[in-house]
Amino acid sequence: MAGELVFDDVTVRYGRPGRPTVTAVDRVSFTVRPGEVVGLVGESGCGKSTLAKLACGLVPAAGGRVSFDGTPVTPHGLRRRAPRLLRLQMVFQNPYASLNPRRRVAAQLEDARAIHPGTAAPVAELLAGVGLDPALGTRYPHQFSGGQRQRIAIARAMATGPDLLIGDEPIASLDASLQAQVATLMRDVALASDTSLLFISHDLSVVRLIADRVVVMQAGRVVEEGPTEQVWTAPQATYTQRLLAAIPHADGLGVIPDVAPA
Amino acid sequence: MTTVSTTIGPRTRRRVPESLRSPLTVVGVVVAAVWLLVVVLGPLLQPADPLAQSPDRLAPVSAAHWFGTDSLGRDVLSRVIAGARISIPLSLLLVALSASVGSLLGAVAGLLGGVVDEVVMRIADLVLAFPTIILAMVIAAALGPSLTNAVIAMLVVTWPQYARVTRSLVLGARDREFVVAGRLLGIGWFTSLRRDVVPNVVGPVFALTTLDFGNAVLLLSGLSFLGLGTVPPTPEWGLMVSDGVQNFTAWWVAAFPGLAICSIVLAFNFIGDALRDALDPRMQKAVGSRAL
Amino acid sequence: MSALDGIRISGLTLDLRGQRILDGVDLVAPAGQVTGLAGESGSGKTVTGMTVLGLPPAGSVVTGSIEYGGTDLLTLSARQHNALRGDQLAMVFQDPTASLHPMISVGGQLTDHIRHHLHLNRAQARARALEVLEQVRVPEPAQALRKYPHEFSGGQLQRIAIGIAIACRPSVLVADEPTTALDVTVQAGVMRLLRDLCDDLGLAVLLITHDLAVMSAMADTIVVMRHGRVVEHGPRYDVIRSPQHPYTRDLVEALPEHRPGPTRTGGQS
Repeated sequence: MAGELVFDDVTVRYGRPGRPTVTAVDRVSFTVRPGEVVGLVGESGCGKSTLAKLACGLVPAAGGRVSFDGTPVTPHGLRRRAPRLLRLQMVFQNPYASLNPRRRVAAQLEDARAIHPGTAAPVAELLAGVGLDPALGTRYPHQFSGGQRQRIAIARAMATGPDLLIGDEPIASLDASLQAQVATLMRDVALASDTSLLFISHDLSVVRLIADRVVVMQAGRVVEEGPTEQVWTAPQATYTQRLLAAIPHADGLGVIPDVAPA
Repeated sequence: MTTVSTTIGPRTRRRVPESLRSPLTVVGVVVAAVWLLVVVLGPLLQPADPLAQSPDRLAPVSAAHWFGTDSLGRDVLSRVIAGARISIPLSLLLVALSASVGSLLGAVAGLLGGVVDEVVMRIADLVLAFPTIILAMVIAAALGPSLTNAVIAMLVVTWPQYARVTRSLVLGARDREFVVAGRLLGIGWFTSLRRDVVPNVVGPVFALTTLDFGNAVLLLSGLSFLGLGTVPPTPEWGLMVSDGVQNFTAWWVAAFPGLAICSIVLAFNFIGDALRDALDPRMQKAVGSRAL
Repeated sequence: MSALDGIRISGLTLDLRGQRILDGVDLVAPAGQVTGLAGESGSGKTVTGMTVLGLPPAGSVVTGSIEYGGTDLLTLSARQHNALRGDQLAMVFQDPTASLHPMISVGGQLTDHIRHHLHLNRAQARARALEVLEQVRVPEPAQALRKYPHEFSGGQLQRIAIGIAIACRPSVLVADEPTTALDVTVQAGVMRLLRDLCDDLGLAVLLITHDLAVMSAMADTIVVMRHGRVVEHGPRYDVIRSPQHPYTRDLVEALPEHRPGPTRTGGQS
């Protein structure tokens, strides 16, 4: 079974002339195994989105290696992406920017299908698979709500028949009432096609809902890793404990989490 | 599992944006349309031969000569109409060429970055450092006064603004998620450019060309006024104004070509403004203040 | 109803370009309490908050009444409403990097605001600004006055925004998604701050958010809106634990903590 993503001691640095270099990712190692759902959590600036870009070949690694099913991932620049790497797809955070505003939705799904013509499900089935009426394919993105657009983005990513799906904060811009729903959809859709899922989010409650394993990052480093329930009930790292303690609960009790400033 | 419905569904129809319906825009469109009609019907509308001289020099406005005659007795109305058939098509040509060349260079610079970007932008900066008309004058003078050389001179001084605008639009589009998503799907850079970048860049560039048309007319008239564009006896508006300046008391010789220039520049400015307003909010519009 | 009694909205209706955005909203936001306004995007909760502040969308037709301090805010002229806004009616928005001026120092923004509304001289305004920064728990307030917004973290910036809001000792605070853009560890601190300010200063806080967990932590009463109408309102505990309206029930059930955890359909490799 395919869909294994390996981060091996990777480091990513951003720098511009005249500015100090920022180490966004600092010697991170972990693996997403085939068929697994891994939740990557952390707050802003921890490097989780950078890891996503690294896996897609959008930024170079300053150290270490990334490989997808044995193929090393390197930045592709203006060249086309290597065919074997096309089996790794991504869903972005911003539902308003991830679809081309000037093309109909069905056309954009067709583009994705064109990668594996003959094996990909028809557009109608893709839309139905994410809970949308197939007749809506003739519309333009601006005619859909944010939640619906994310579903379309998921459909597009799945249309290529990927072995690994990365969600880079895919629910952060959605209403709270939709977040769990869309996250669960991603999980269900991925598992139904034997696709692994790397779900990146700052929202621990949602990650707990869908992930088998959780990786916690802080300031570019992995501070904790383990099965979801274990990390949730018995967090080892101080940071993880703080993170969990800071989550407000919708229990009606009016309790504000008590977290000391870092 | 109950579905919590999302409140905003698909919109049914796009209404004509408010900005395109303002009175100024309507005025602009009407005036521009009239002038375009003049260009097309030109010779049929001229009461007299624009080049025919007559002894009736500097005759004021009358029934025989609605716009009077100039210093060589030529009918000003006919010359204004004839002048339209020179200024307007030439300005359109200039804007089309300038926008094409400039946009192409700007897009390539934005897409490729690095050395190419630096070279193109620094040349653009160089050109933009000079006042437009002065640089155009220098080039036109160096090449020799003729209509072709005037157009070349104008092309050289006007391409950089398109390059700049297109480059920044391409840079903005290049990192938008849907463009990146397209690249992740494995499409090459050319398809990416054609399908994802260009359609989102064309709008603002087009609005710029409409606004720029007025500048082109002014530039051409200006060069001719200074003797660096068309040569007499061609009935070009700038040249006619120059003629009129030397005969100031015969106000009609300069006033009517001047008004012609004024009216068409304003008309295209109104249209360009409206286009720009109509395109901007739609491109950045989100359905509601925050994402659903 | 004195100025200390908060806000009472009755039958608020708002039409924009032929579309009914608010359809008869009734709610009370008493002083010294946090009244939560919950709902999804498009429910009209933000528009309600903005209308209280006198900033409804351009071209909208508003009917009904918003009682504050014995006056109906909807009968005020723009100028009169302007005078109240920032002074007695304060606001905090979601993104502090957008609501603060990037090129004016924090001290400058605070003192401008204070001097405009309270007519204090420079020294008095500065003293008040320092006081405010201490109240919102910004570290090293004296240095902070000289700094610019980009030198602060998101959480500190939101505290400063809250500081600007309370600087003129308002009676009403409209907070529209004040913690949504913040990291979860920072969110807790800002929630605590808002709650404490509400209790200490007797503010009538209108907390607008789609996040029911934040609502549950901070609000005393919750008003649920949908399609421009109030569908449910009541004490926090009741609304969350035993929601009456099916829509509220759906909202509560949609929360991750009220759903079952991940189940495996296939085998793990």
